Amino acid sequence: MDRLKNWFKSDSSRGLTLIGLPFGFSLLLLAAPMLLIFFLGFWTQDYLVLDRSFSLDNYIEAWTEPMYRDLMLRSLGISATVTLGTVILAYPMAYFISFHGGNRKALWLFLVTIPFWTSYLLRVFLWKVILGYNGVLNSTLGWLGMIEEPLTFILYNANAVIITLTHAWAPFAILPIYVALEKIDRSYLEAAADLGDGPLKSFLRITLPLSMTGVVGAALIIFIPTIGDYVTPKLVGGKDGLMIANMIQVQFMKANNAPLGASLAVSAMGIVSMISLVFLALNRRWLRKRGS
Amino acid sequence: MTEKLKIDSIKNIVELDGVEKHFGGIAALDGVSAQIREGEFFSLLGPSGCGKTTLLRLIAGFEQPTKGNIAIDGFQMHGVEANERPTNMVFQSYAIFPHLNVEENVGYGLKRLNLGKDETARRVNEMLKLVDLENYNKRPAHALSGGQRQRVALARSLIMKPKVLLLDEPLSSLDKNLREQMQVELRHLQRTVGITFILVTHDQEEALTMSDRIAVMFEGKIVQIASPQELYSRPKSKRVASFIGVMNFIEGQLLKDGGQVTTVDVGILGNVNVNPDQIPIPLNPGPVIISIRPEMLTLLFEDRDSTEYEISGVILESTYYGDMTYYNVQINGLKSPLTISMRNTAGRRVLGDGESARVGWGAESLVILKNSEV
Amino acid sequence: MNSNINTLKFFAYSYLLFLYSPVLLLPIFAFNDSTIISFPLNSFTFKWFAGLTEETYLQESLKNSLFVAISTSILSTCLGILASRASARYKFFGKKSILSFLILPLFLPEIIIGVALLVVLMQLGLPLSLWTVILGHTLVCTPFSIAILNSAFANMDMSLEEASLDLGETRFGTFKRVILPMVLPGLISSLLIAFTISLDEFIIAFFLTGTETTLPVYIWGQLRFPAKLPGVMALGFIMLLLSLVLLSLFEYFRRRMNRILEDQSNVQFDNLFKT
Repeated sequence: MDRLKNWFKSDSSRGLTLIGLPFGFSLLLLAAPMLLIFFLGFWTQDYLVLDRSFSLDNYIEAWTEPMYRDLMLRSLGISATVTLGTVILAYPMAYFISFHGGNRKALWLFLVTIPFWTSYLLRVFLWKVILGYNGVLNSTLGWLGMIEEPLTFILYNANAVIITLTHAWAPFAILPIYVALEKIDRSYLEAAADLGDGPLKSFLRITLPLSMTGVVGAALIIFIPTIGDYVTPKLVGGKDGLMIANMIQVQFMKANNAPLGASLAVSAMGIVSMISLVFLALNRRWLRKRGS
Repeated sequence: MTEKLKIDSIKNIVELDGVEKHFGGIAALDGVSAQIREGEFFSLLGPSGCGKTTLLRLIAGFEQPTKGNIAIDGFQMHGVEANERPTNMVFQSYAIFPHLNVEENVGYGLKRLNLGKDETARRVNEMLKLVDLENYNKRPAHALSGGQRQRVALARSLIMKPKVLLLDEPLSSLDKNLREQMQVELRHLQRTVGITFILVTHDQEEALTMSDRIAVMFEGKIVQIASPQELYSRPKSKRVASFIGVMNFIEGQLLKDGGQVTTVDVGILGNVNVNPDQIPIPLNPGPVIISIRPEMLTLLFEDRDSTEYEISGVILESTYYGDMTYYNVQINGLKSPLTISMRNTAGRRVLGDGESARVGWGAESLVILKNSEV
Repeated sequence: MNSNINTLKFFAYSYLLFLYSPVLLLPIFAFNDSTIISFPLNSFTFKWFAGLTEETYLQESLKNSLFVAISTSILSTCLGILASRASARYKFFGKKSILSFLILPLFLPEIIIGVALLVVLMQLGLPLSLWTVILGHTLVCTPFSIAILNSAFANMDMSLEEASLDLGETRFGTFKRVILPMVLPGLISSLLIAFTISLDEFIIAFFLTGTETTLPVYIWGQLRFPAKLPGVMALGFIMLLLSLVLLSLFEYFRRRMNRILEDQSNVQFDNLFKT
C-alpha cells in the first residue's frame, strides 16, 4: 500500500499522468488510423462494399502495375532531387547566417521564414505564374534578350514540381542546419586554424561533420513529407509531373477503391522509411569513420 | 552541576535517524543519524557527491527518504510535503523569481497567510532592513547583483519565520572578497534572528568560520560531528584530517596503552608520551598514523631558539604567500617531506631551497590516528 | 578570404530573392487591373479588394477557418503544455519514445494523415464536419506547440518551483504564480503558430471537411476559375499582411520569453531537430 502511495507521488507517475492525454490523443488519431490504413490495404472494395477477407491483391497491383510503379519511382526521384537541392541551397544560407550574420541573425531567420507564412496554395499557384509560357521568368529573360523563344521545360512537368518544392521546403532545411552550425564551438575552428588547417580544410574536417546532424534532420524532414505532396504536382506538374499522392487521392475520393489507395500509401511510406533508415545508418557510419 | 543542567535544556530541532536515500539502486545517503540543536549554526561539510545536498533536500521535503526518519521540532516528517514543513531554503542558484521584483519576491510566501496589504508591506520592509536592502522594493529581479540576490533569498526565507533555515552552498557563486564578507554577515544574521541554520558547503574554511558545529560527510555517511576547534585539532580519521586544512602524516607505533599517558614511537624521532585526548578514537598497540599540523612545526632560525623536541632536515621548496611562507622540508630519516608553515614576522627571513633547517615541535600537538589507507 | 565572404553574401541575397519571388508577385497582381494573371501590367486598381466583400461564400469559409484555427490553437497548445511539462520536469518510463511519437506528424506527409483519419471516420460512421478538421489540425500543430513550449519549460530553473513550494505555496498555486507567468510568452507563441498553420492548412481540410469549407479549400475551388484569380490574389495579399502581424507578435513574445528565461538562443525549434 505504502509503496503504491509513494509511486503516485513519484516523478514517474506525475510525468505519465501529464503526458497521458496528449499520448492518448495521438494514439487515437495517429496510431489507430495508421494501423487501420495498414489493414485496409489487405482488404478489397467493390463499389461501396468492403470485403474484410485477407488479400494481397492490392499490394500486388500497387507493386506490379507499370502505371503505379512509374508513379512511385517518379515520386521518389522528385523527392530525392528536392531534398538534395534544398539542402545544397540551404546549407550556404544557414552557414552565412550562423557565421556572418553578426547581430542580425534573428532578423535573417525572420526574413527567411516570412514567405512561408503566405498561403501555400497561392505560393504554388504563383510559381505557375512565374514559370508559365507568358510567365514572369520567360518575359524577363526575353526582355533581357537571353532567349528567343519562351522556355517550355519549366512548367507542367517534373521540373516545375522540383523548383516549386525546393522553394516550399527551404526553411525546413535552413533552420535545422543553422541550429547545428550554431552549436559548433567556435574555438574548435580556431584550434584547427592554430594546428595549421586552412579555411577549406577546417570546414571539411570540423564544420561539415559537426553540422551533419542538422543536414540529416533537414533531409528527413523534407524527404518523407514531399513524397506525399498533392497540391504542387496537381497545380504545376501537368500530366508528366503527377506524383503518388495524386493517385492516392484519386483512389480514395474518385475511384472508390480505398484499399488500393491504402496499399499505395503504405507502400510509399514503407519505401521512404526504408530509404531514410539506410540513409541514417550510412551517415552514422560516415561520421564514425571520420571520428576515428 | 550547572554544566549538566545546560545540556539538558538544549532542545534538538532536527533529528535524523538512520536516514537512507537511494537513487536507482545507488545509495546517496547510507544511514545518517544526527541531532541538530535549536538555535545553532550547523554545517554539512564534504566533497561534492558526498550526499550533503541530498540530506538538505530530504530535510526540506523535496525528496522522501528511502529508509529512516526525519523529525523537525518533535514532529515526524514522513509524508509531509515541502510546503507544509517549518523549514525554508536558500538555494544555491538563489531561485529569485525572475518575473517579480524584490518586494514581490520577499513577500511571496506571505500571500497565502492573508495578512492584508499593510501588514505584508510592514513585514517586507522589516526584512529588507534586516538584510540591508532598504528602498530596493521595486528593483526588478534581473537588475540585482549576486550579493543582492543572496540577500533577497535570505529575506524571502526568513520572513516565513522558519524553525530551520536551510542554506545550499549559498556563497559558492560569489567572488572571494564578497564571500568572506558574507560569511561574517551570515553568522551575524544568524545570531540576530536566533533561527537554526543548516549550511551545506564543500569549503572547509567557510564551515570553520561560520559554524557552531560541523558534520563532515564522506560517501553518504557522517564521519564526525564536532565544533570547528575540535574538528581541526582532533580529527578522528586521516581522511577528515586531510580534508580540513593541511596535515602531516608520519608512520609510527603505539607502544603502550597506559591510561593517562600513552607512549608512541615516532620512528626515528624517538618515543614520545601523549595524553588520552590526543587519541580521538581508542587504539590498540600497533602501527598508527601520527599527525601534526604545519603551523605546529617551527623552523628554528636562531641558535638560541629551542623547543621540546628538535629534528633536522633540508628545505626542498618554499612557497611565499605574503603573510605566510610554506616550506616543504625533507627530514633526515623520514620517507616523505613535511609541510611547515611560518608566519612572516618582522625581521624573519625566508629560507631558500637547499638550505638546511632545524625543525622544532611539541608532543602536545600530535594527534594519533588509526593506520588506514584512507 | 574576403572574396569568399562576398560570394557567400551574394548567394544569400540571391537565395532570399528566390524565396521572396512568389510573395512579391502577390501585391503586384492584387492591384493590377486585369483579369489575366501575367505581364505586362495594366493600371492600378482596388476593385479586387472591393469585390471580396460581395463573396458571401468567402466570408462563410473565412468564419469557418477562424473557428477551426482558434480551436486548433487552443487544443494543440493545451496538449503541448502537458507534453512539454512532462518532458521537461519528470523522468518516466518510455519518455523518449512517447515524445518522438508525439512529434511524428511533423515527419509524415499530410495526405497520409488526412487519408488515415478519413478512413477511420468513415469506418466509425462519423459525419465530416469542422470538428473533424480541428482534430486533424490539432494532430499536425501539436508537434510545433511542443517544440515551442519545450524550450520554455526546459529553460526554467527547477529550483524556482521548489522555492515556491518551500515558501508554503501548493502545487497548483506554484503553477499559477510561478510557472504560468514564466511560460506565458511561449504559450502565446504556441497559440499564434498553431493558429497560423491551421489557417493555411489545405490537404487535411480538403479530406476531412464536410459541407462547410475552410478558406484554403475555398481558394482551391477558386483557382479553377480564371475570372476569380485576381480576387484570390487580393485575398492572398490580405492574408499575407495578417500573417506578418501574427508573426511579428510571435517574434515579440519569443524574445520576451528568452529575456525572462535569460536564454540567448535564437531558435525555438531546437528540440525538433535533435535527431
